[in-house]
Amino acid sequence: MGVIYILWLRQLKRYIRSKSRIVGSIGQPLLFLVALGFGFGPIYQKANGGNYMQFLAPGVIAMGILFTAVFSGIEIIWDRQFGFLKETLVAPTRRINIMIGRTLGGATVATIQGVVIFLISLLAGFRPAISSLPLALFFMFLIALLFTALGTAIASLLNDMQGFQLIMNFLIMPLFFLSGALFPLDGLPKTLKIITSIDPLTYGIDGLRTAFLGVSHFGMAIDLLILGGLTALILIIGAYLFSKIQI
Amino acid sequence: MENIIEVKNLVKKFGDFTAVDNISFFVGRGEVFAFLGPNGAGKTTTIKILTTLLKPDNGQIMLDGHNPITQANEVRKSFGIVFQDFSLDDELTAFENMEFHGVIYKVPKNIRRQRTEQLLKLVDLWDKRNNLVKKFSGGMKRRLEIARGLLHHPKILFLDEPTLGLDPQTRNHIWQYIKDLNKEENITVFFTTHYMEEADRVASRIAIIDQGKIIAQGTADDLKKQTKTNLLEDAFIALTGNKIREEEAGSIDHLRMARRMHIKRS
Repeated sequence: MGVIYILWLRQLKRYIRSKSRIVGSIGQPLLFLVALGFGFGPIYQKANGGNYMQFLAPGVIAMGILFTAVFSGIEIIWDRQFGFLKETLVAPTRRINIMIGRTLGGATVATIQGVVIFLISLLAGFRPAISSLPLALFFMFLIALLFTALGTAIASLLNDMQGFQLIMNFLIMPLFFLSGALFPLDGLPKTLKIITSIDPLTYGIDGLRTAFLGVSHFGMAIDLLILGGLTALILIIGAYLFSKIQI
Repeated sequence: MENIIEVKNLVKKFGDFTAVDNISFFVGRGEVFAFLGPNGAGKTTTIKILTTLLKPDNGQIMLDGHNPITQANEVRKSFGIVFQDFSLDDELTAFENMEFHGVIYKVPKNIRRQRTEQLLKLVDLWDKRNNLVKKFSGGMKRRLEIARGLLHHPKILFLDEPTLGLDPQTRNHIWQYIKDLNKEENITVFFTTHYMEEADRVASRIAIIDQGKIIAQGTADDLKKQTKTNLLEDAFIALTGNKIREEEAGSIDHLRMARRMHIKRS
């Protein structure tokens, strides 16, 4: 337990101390909320979609979580390159504990990031029910856990940051844009419908929307089942890949 | 004398390249053992295998009676290490780095705090314990790493070029400390260095490795006699030749550049 705790604490301390990273990671979601939220709001209203800010905010919160979570996982590459990973790998402790500690730390950081964006979205006009918060927080943490584990799994396979752009453009961006973050899932063209339904983030956002607004596309049970199952699977894969790291 | 490290017929290949080519050696308990060789000779690879970071392709290894492959955690408890590259967390303070180490090595809290204070005072960093490591100079980081490597009272201390890039004052200070430690606590020291006079002064025995093979072993005097030279440096060159070795720039160097540029920009 001590090992998991100290690794978790380290991630948190690093996050809190990197002020530029916190400020920087707020910029993009803020831009999405302002440009898309206010920009598409009127036309969304005219198409009888209702309030676009209400619809968009959960998607942008999930975006912030996605980016922070994957990046936290990927940070292993930096630790590897700058030596700190060696310090943890020569310690007499099981690899799985190191992986769990790191992943929980990264997921916590990503969840905090999600909460920060949530607070900003309130300023932009997002109005969820107060009673929805505990469930929403739970979904936020689940999304964070899934994508931190994914980042860890990917980082275990990479030796340096050269592949990072590739991951950003061919994994993270598609995961975000092809989820239901920006548009409703009803009445989509067939191909896009299939693509969105194999994007795990879609279920995370649907769950988050269900929690905040009480409107669901798949139903909360399916969201939970898919998200939970996939998180468990990726955690196991990530733990396996992490245990195989040689320096 | 009982051997704390025993290596027989160790082989490690990376693709076609044989980094460690069938080497055998031993280190006695309480010895100060120097492992010397030109760049790319296989020193660091050997240390990585001994410290469970890499798996060998062949050979038998025993560290303090345990096998690094099958009993990795037993082996990990027995040694402390100072790596060739820095391995501290820059965003944590000196004290937090010690604390992190103590917790993952499961040193009980009261002993951990007591030893942290003792060790940080010893390496002259106690006053700076709450400063972030990224503000430290190279010498201070090295001293902190040595303190950290000793926190869990290891039986063996691995030092991979511990004095690289340090000024003579700091080097002297560090070696004096390591020699005292070896004498008082009977800690076995296994180190590599490019400073031959360090090896000559400190090591009780020396092995020279070149192109993955151990080409000479013995005391400094043995090696000088064998090559009919007066200085260890001359003996080293007589054994390994004059040719300058090239090491491929690894991805680490690329990334260092990237980070430096990144820091400049932000």
